[in-house]
Amino acid sequence: MAKKYDAGVKEYRDLYWTPDYVPLDTDLLACFKVTPQEGVSREECAAAVAAESSTGTWSTVWSELLTDMEFYKGRAYRIEDVPGDKEAFFAFIAYPLDLFEEGSIVNVLTSLVGNVFGFKALRYLRLEDIRFPIAFVKTCMGPPSGIQVERDKLNKYGRPMLGATIKPKLGLSAKNYGRAVYECLRGGLDLTKDDENVNSQPFMRWQNRFEFVAMAVEKAQAETGETKGHYLNVTANTPEEMYERAEFAKELNQPIIMHDFLTGGFTANTGLAKWCRKNGMLLHIHRAMHAVIDRNPKHGIHFRVLAKCLRLSGGDHLHTGTVVGKLEGDRASTLGFVDQLRESFIPEDRRRGIFFDQDWGSMPGVFAVASGGIHVWHMPALVTIFGDDSVLQFGGGTQGHPWGNAAGAAANRVALEACVKARNEGRDLEREARDIMENAARNSPELAMAMETWKEIKFEFDTVDKLDIA
Amino acid sequence: MSTTTVTGDYRTQQTLETFSFLPPLTQQEIYDQISYMLGQGLTPAIEHEHPSQATNHYWTMWKLPFFGEKDLGNVVAELEACHRTYPDHHVRLLGYDNYTQSQGVCFVVYRGKAW
Repeated sequence: MAKKYDAGVKEYRDLYWTPDYVPLDTDLLACFKVTPQEGVSREECAAAVAAESSTGTWSTVWSELLTDMEFYKGRAYRIEDVPGDKEAFFAFIAYPLDLFEEGSIVNVLTSLVGNVFGFKALRYLRLEDIRFPIAFVKTCMGPPSGIQVERDKLNKYGRPMLGATIKPKLGLSAKNYGRAVYECLRGGLDLTKDDENVNSQPFMRWQNRFEFVAMAVEKAQAETGETKGHYLNVTANTPEEMYERAEFAKELNQPIIMHDFLTGGFTANTGLAKWCRKNGMLLHIHRAMHAVIDRNPKHGIHFRVLAKCLRLSGGDHLHTGTVVGKLEGDRASTLGFVDQLRESFIPEDRRRGIFFDQDWGSMPGVFAVASGGIHVWHMPALVTIFGDDSVLQFGGGTQGHPWGNAAGAAANRVALEACVKARNEGRDLEREARDIMENAARNSPELAMAMETWKEIKFEFDTVDKLDIA
Repeated sequence: MSTTTVTGDYRTQQTLETFSFLPPLTQQEIYDQISYMLGQGLTPAIEHEHPSQATNHYWTMWKLPFFGEKDLGNVVAELEACHRTYPDHHVRLLGYDNYTQSQGVCFVVYRGKAW
């Protein structure tokens, strides 16, 4: 259908606001929270977001007529009020599948959260959710192993796994660090972890850390008869360095490595995930930098989007916050994105911040990792909130035990098993928390001591980012 | 307990995964866990192994998994029969989940004599 070239600046809404459009099953759908500059209409703003995140630019160009823009353009197809916020509105945008390279989360993000976030007609912009069509999902590899394979490899069933981040996070020598790992694992933890900013600093170079940690894991495994692991952080300054570290972890027969997916970047992450699938290595993912991107309720990207992107890019564990500890996290919202990590189909549910149905097809699930400021008193709530397919990770809550890491680990393990047992017996963990914990402590002096040590600590600040629900 | 309290000494224990940090489960507690498993729609299965061989993933199966079994009494009877036949062995109870292709439950019910 031939059109005449008409140079100049047009209103975005003429082309990109299509309220009658019915999204296709193959469309990638996005929901943005848009706060316009004063005097700009909602429709124009929504259309501008659709245009700037897909095919459009500020001026008409002649070469548009060489292609079929109707086939490639993004479309704003719905506008909704944001409950409790008069300035902002939700804009729903549909993108044709062919705008994105197969299997490339990088490409999706560069489009959807690219230049458009600096667009002048907007005061703030936040990407709330993405519906990835199953046609796109099937082009991504996803988690290298996933929940089911990891459980089988580590032989952990019917309960959450227990972990700890080794502290102090920076400054230990490799041999002393390995000691801390060994103590945690022999005491009853399943997994220990490098801190996200442990890479290869002057006080502890990565080769030395890997070697001493491998010794610690091996010995704890032999003595306890249980399978153990330590997430060796392979995050590095270049991809080449990263792969070199991963290869060495494999050489040492270690079961799991880790990566900081946001600071490292999605290209590095997807590449590493593929390496892990090829080499039978589990992959733990830390989310350092996420709060810069997801904490402001008006601007940025909600973590549920980053979590979905990670599942597609690849990782077997992802930090999700704890709801109960020292870090931010609203309960309903956290459970909403925890489902996105673990389930195969999640229906739209605004009360949990889920804007679209999401079909994951056969993509493996990701363990939710609850980490940060948690201790034994949180155990009943954590088991209730996160269920079995999670890693409960106690840093100070293991190593701050007055008798040391091994006793702290045993306290964690006794508390965990007592809670799982009570849950299976049909008891209400959160309501009967005190009774369940005190009973368990009767047979475990380590747990009794832990409960005494942390009885006073609470983290009760209000959540900054709340769900927008009526 | 008193020694531990005084010195803070923690001795490494050989353990058997889920529930092995709790005191041995009583008969009633075992029944409760079996009821939970059946309530979750899991398929009960029993495995046993001599403690010296028990670190491997694969233990010997006691008969086939009990597909379609809903009766707690039957599961208990099979557990006891396995234990009677192999008193020196660890005996564990599994709950197969055919949706996740994993085990929803797995714990050792009887610990082998020498262990």
